[in-house]
Amino acid sequence: MHGFPPVADAAARFVSLERVALRYGGAGGTLAVSGLDLAIRRGEFAAVVGPSGCGKSTLMKLVTGLAPASEGAVIVGGREVSGPLKIVGMAFQNPTLLPWRTTLENVLLPLEIVSPYKATFRRDRERHVARARALLATVGLAGFEDKYPWQLSGGMQQRASLCRALIHEPELLMLDEPFAALDAFTREELWAVLQDLWLERRFTCILVTHDLREAVYLADTVHVMSARPGRIIETRAVPLPRPRDLEASFTPAFVDIVHALRERIAAARTAT
Amino acid sequence: MSPRLQAAVMPWLVVAGLFIAWEVLVLAARLPPFVLPAPSAVFASLAEFSGPIAHHALHTLATTLAGFALSVVGGVALGVAVGSSAVAYRALLPVLIGFNSVPKVAIVPVLIIWFGIGAVPAVLTAFLISFFPITVNVATGIATLEPELRDVLRSLGASRVEILRKVGLPRAAPYFFASLKVAITLAFVGSIISETVGSNEGVGYLMIQASSRFQIPLVFAALLVVAAMGIAMYSLFAILERRMTFWATRSVEAAYATGS
Repeated sequence: MHGFPPVADAAARFVSLERVALRYGGAGGTLAVSGLDLAIRRGEFAAVVGPSGCGKSTLMKLVTGLAPASEGAVIVGGREVSGPLKIVGMAFQNPTLLPWRTTLENVLLPLEIVSPYKATFRRDRERHVARARALLATVGLAGFEDKYPWQLSGGMQQRASLCRALIHEPELLMLDEPFAALDAFTREELWAVLQDLWLERRFTCILVTHDLREAVYLADTVHVMSARPGRIIETRAVPLPRPRDLEASFTPAFVDIVHALRERIAAARTAT
Repeated sequence: MSPRLQAAVMPWLVVAGLFIAWEVLVLAARLPPFVLPAPSAVFASLAEFSGPIAHHALHTLATTLAGFALSVVGGVALGVAVGSSAVAYRALLPVLIGFNSVPKVAIVPVLIIWFGIGAVPAVLTAFLISFFPITVNVATGIATLEPELRDVLRSLGASRVEILRKVGLPRAAPYFFASLKVAITLAFVGSIISETVGSNEGVGYLMIQASSRFQIPLVFAALLVVAAMGIAMYSLFAILERRMTFWATRSVEAAYATGS
C-alpha cells in the first residue's frame, strides 16, 4: 500500500489544527507554537519531526487536549477539543510503568480508568486479561506478564508501554519520542513491532520524533516543524510500500526522503 | 562469616562493645553511681525494679502508640491534602513548618492545663511531635508524580481521586513507610516529655521520681527500656516497609545488579 497524499478535503480530516498558537505563562510568556496548521486523516500514520525545542511536545498536548490553544482551533474527530480527550493512547520516551504493578497489571490500568470498560472491569476481568496477554504476546512479551517493570529491559518496558497505550483500543495513538532512550538495534526492532500493530489495528497515529529514519520508516506523512515558535513548514508523503523492513530503509527511495527532510531541518535550524 | 550472619551479629557486638567501654570508663574514672552508674549497676537496678519498670513502660508504650496512631491518620490526611493540591500546599505548609518548629516541651504545660494530669497530654504530645514527618513524606510522594504519567491518566479521563488512588497513594507508600520509622521514635520522645512534666504514670514519671531520689541507676534502666522499645518498634516498621513496598527497594537492587 502507498502513503496518503496530503489531506485536501476537510471531511477526510480526523485531526485538524488551524492557525493554532500556544503561549506558556500568560501574555508575556514563551510562544511555543504559532500559526500551526496540521491535518491528519483517520487511520493515517503521521510523524512530526523538527529541531529540538521546536514545540513537538506542545503539539502532543494540544492534540490530546491537555493544554488549551491560546489561538486557533484544534479539531479531533469532528469536534473542537476543549478538555482532555478520552479516545487517546499515549506513550513517552520514559515508559512510566508503575513499579508496584506487574507488566500485565500495568497494561490493564487504562481499562480500570477509561469508560466504558471501567464500569464492568471486575466482571469482565478474565476477558480483559486474555486480551492483555494476547497484546503482550504480539509485541514479544509472552512469558513476562507477571514480571515487574524493573525486572524488564528498557526495550521490553517500552513494548509494555505501547501495550498500555493500546489496550483500550484508542482511535488516536500519540507517541512522544517513544524510542529515543533505546539503543539503535532495539529501536529498529520496535519500529517493526509498532508497524505491525498499526497495520493490524489501523488507529490514527501521531509520532513525534527527531529520528528521521524512524519517521520515514513508520509514517505515511512526515511533517517538518520550524524552530520555536513552531509551525509546520513542510509536509511530505512517504510513498513506500508496506510492510516496510530494515532493508527498505537502505533503498535509494528511502534515503532520498530522509536526505530531503534532513536538509529542510538544517535550513529551519539556521533560520533562527 | 557469611555476610548474612555478619549483618545479624554486628549490631549485638556493637551494643556489647558499648556496654564494655562504658563499664571500663566508670571503673577507670571511679565515677560515683549518681554521676554515671556502670552498666552492671543499671542492669542490677533493672532486675530489682522489673515490676514497676514493666508497668510504667507498658503505660508509655500504650500512650505512644495511641499518639502515633493519631499521627498516622492525621499525617496521611494532611499529606494527601498538601501533596495533591497546589493551593493546599501553599496555604498549609508555612503553618505546618512553623508549628513543627515550636518546641513541644513548651506546649505540654498548656495541654496539662487543658486536659489535666494523665495520659491525654502524653498521647497528644506524641501525636504533635510525630505527624510532621509523615505529612511531609506522603506529600512528597504524591507531589512528585511524573508529569507524563499524569498526562497518560488524564487522557484516559481519570479524575483527581482516581489519579490519587491508582498512582498517588501507591507511589507515596515507600515515603510513608520510611516516615513511620522516624515518627514512631519521635512519638516516644513526645510521650516521655509529657510524662516528665506532668503525669502519675509512665517511664517519664518513673525517671523523674527516680532522679529526685538520686536513684540514677534506675533512671538509666528506664532509659534502656525506652531505647529497647524504640528499636523494637523501628524494626517492626522496617519489616512492614520491606513487605509492603518491596518494589521500591527491589528496583534499586535490580538497578545495581544490572549496573544501570
